[in-house]
Amino acid sequence: MPTFYGKEIASRLMLGTAQYPSPAILADAFRRSDAGIATVSVRREAGGEKAGQDFWALIQDLGVAVLPNTAGCHSVREAITTAQMARELFDTNWIKLEVIGHADTLQPDPFGLVEAAAQLTDDGFEVFPYCTEDLVLCERLVQVGCKVLMPWGAPIGTGLGLNNIYGLRSLRAHFPEISLVVDAGLGLPSQAAHAIELGYDAVLLNTAVAKAGDPAAMAEGFARAVEAGALAAEADPMEPRDMAAPSTPVLGKAFL
Amino acid sequence: MSDAFTILGGGVCGLAMAAELSSRGAQVTIFDPKGAPGEHACSWWAGGMLAPDCEGVSAEPEVVRQGRKAADWWERHGAEVSRKGTLVVALGRDQSELTTFARRAPNARSLDRKAINALEPHLADHFAKALFIEEEAHLDPRATLATVHARLPQNGVSFVNEIKGQIIDCRGLVASDTLADLRGVKGEMLVVLCKDVSLSRPVRLLHPRFPLYIVPRGDGVFILGATQIESGERNRATLRSVMELMNAAYALHPAFGEAELLEIGVDARPAFPDNQPRIRHLNDRIYANGLFRHGFLLAPALACMTADLVLEGKTPEVWYEDHRER
Repeated sequence: MPTFYGKEIASRLMLGTAQYPSPAILADAFRRSDAGIATVSVRREAGGEKAGQDFWALIQDLGVAVLPNTAGCHSVREAITTAQMARELFDTNWIKLEVIGHADTLQPDPFGLVEAAAQLTDDGFEVFPYCTEDLVLCERLVQVGCKVLMPWGAPIGTGLGLNNIYGLRSLRAHFPEISLVVDAGLGLPSQAAHAIELGYDAVLLNTAVAKAGDPAAMAEGFARAVEAGALAAEADPMEPRDMAAPSTPVLGKAFL
Repeated sequence: MSDAFTILGGGVCGLAMAAELSSRGAQVTIFDPKGAPGEHACSWWAGGMLAPDCEGVSAEPEVVRQGRKAADWWERHGAEVSRKGTLVVALGRDQSELTTFARRAPNARSLDRKAINALEPHLADHFAKALFIEEEAHLDPRATLATVHARLPQNGVSFVNEIKGQIIDCRGLVASDTLADLRGVKGEMLVVLCKDVSLSRPVRLLHPRFPLYIVPRGDGVFILGATQIESGERNRATLRSVMELMNAAYALHPAFGEAELLEIGVDARPAFPDNQPRIRHLNDRIYANGLFRHGFLLAPALACMTADLVLEGKTPEVWYEDHRER
């Protein structure tokens, strides 16, 4: 099971908490997914005096680890302020760091991300950076102290799946000691299974579950998929080959 | 149970409750220190769409079933209901939103540009495809609240500061002082004046990030709504929310860029965890609450169920919880 900053989590599935038809359906989805971590957006719900406290109480009732995020932040300064607010609200050093660089695709800003990750790490945070699958960016993030990397599969909310399998595979190969999570872009359980088969420690998703017609059923679908992917990854799968190899030998077949 | 009732709260829930009970002969008093309907009630800021099928795309089936009764009920109680259906559109690259919506709203009919032109000529230049839900309706929330409020005295309803008989608590979010599982869901909306666009029915613009509805109020006035944020804040519209609503309206029709901004509204809707309303019998009081974003859509059904309960002893089939000490 995956370990993030020394804390072992009993599930390879992390779920976001936005966009569900209701908090009751959100809670159902968590129950059926057995997700170990809930990500929560701090920025949008924050406001006056504890304005979102009812919703946060619902999240805390889920009984899973909370990973606050800096969703919607477009600059280093915004992201850092939001992270500090999150630490106070949720009493955790964990922060899923998003620094958005492009308003339309919500693509991470790699330069701002490294800068914010460095400052937050210095300030005692344990940073989960939402990044692209760029190897050099990931190296920089690790150099400034990140022990978790969260490359995207595809842009947030698109459901396009794993767009650069080569890139994701090479991250796994280059960072054997780092916990890797595919974050964003997943639409179907089969894509989540694929990510785990590649050796990823976990997947994080939100829209695919929240916007499904039956979110709780989709959550369970993803739960089974990551389990299947993990079994496959541990089972030492065969290598693909071009030459057909019959599983039943033809020679010596009984003549009828 | 006596047939004298004091209703706490004069928003859409309380007024519908008073109208239903008094029309069945009950003696009703409304207690609301804020007086006549106004901006203190979140129903003041409502879109006024009676759109059960559209809501059913993300709401529970019971919301759809109960919501179908709304248009007739409001008309019976004096409201002017416009039955012209709902038009649903999406921008070019968001066509998949339309596909999903059509799958989840079985009563939606596909329209081509020609058919759009016949319904809403001002949108035909911008949209080649749309969905149409013909059975849906809309009303003007402020005019409706005023009409219902003005008609109540004819049925013997009085507005006084005394409480007699059975209390029916319709205070919306204020009742979260006793209802621990009631939360606020913040909404921001705009009222604009735009003489260059003419629409005859509510239009919904589907968008993965900034969905929008526009409801025409006549004389060039339009309601643009609404955000949905998990927060009990009842004030403080943010620049981001207002900008997103404006952008979406501009994307629907560029002429909205020239619209005059008349009002920025903000309030919080009362909601239970499953976003469905409840009739709750707690201690000696009956609570009718949790209408969420479905005030005008579900207040009639909630009022009828409550009246069945208190006047005829009929236990409502749905949304009823008895928490009395036994």
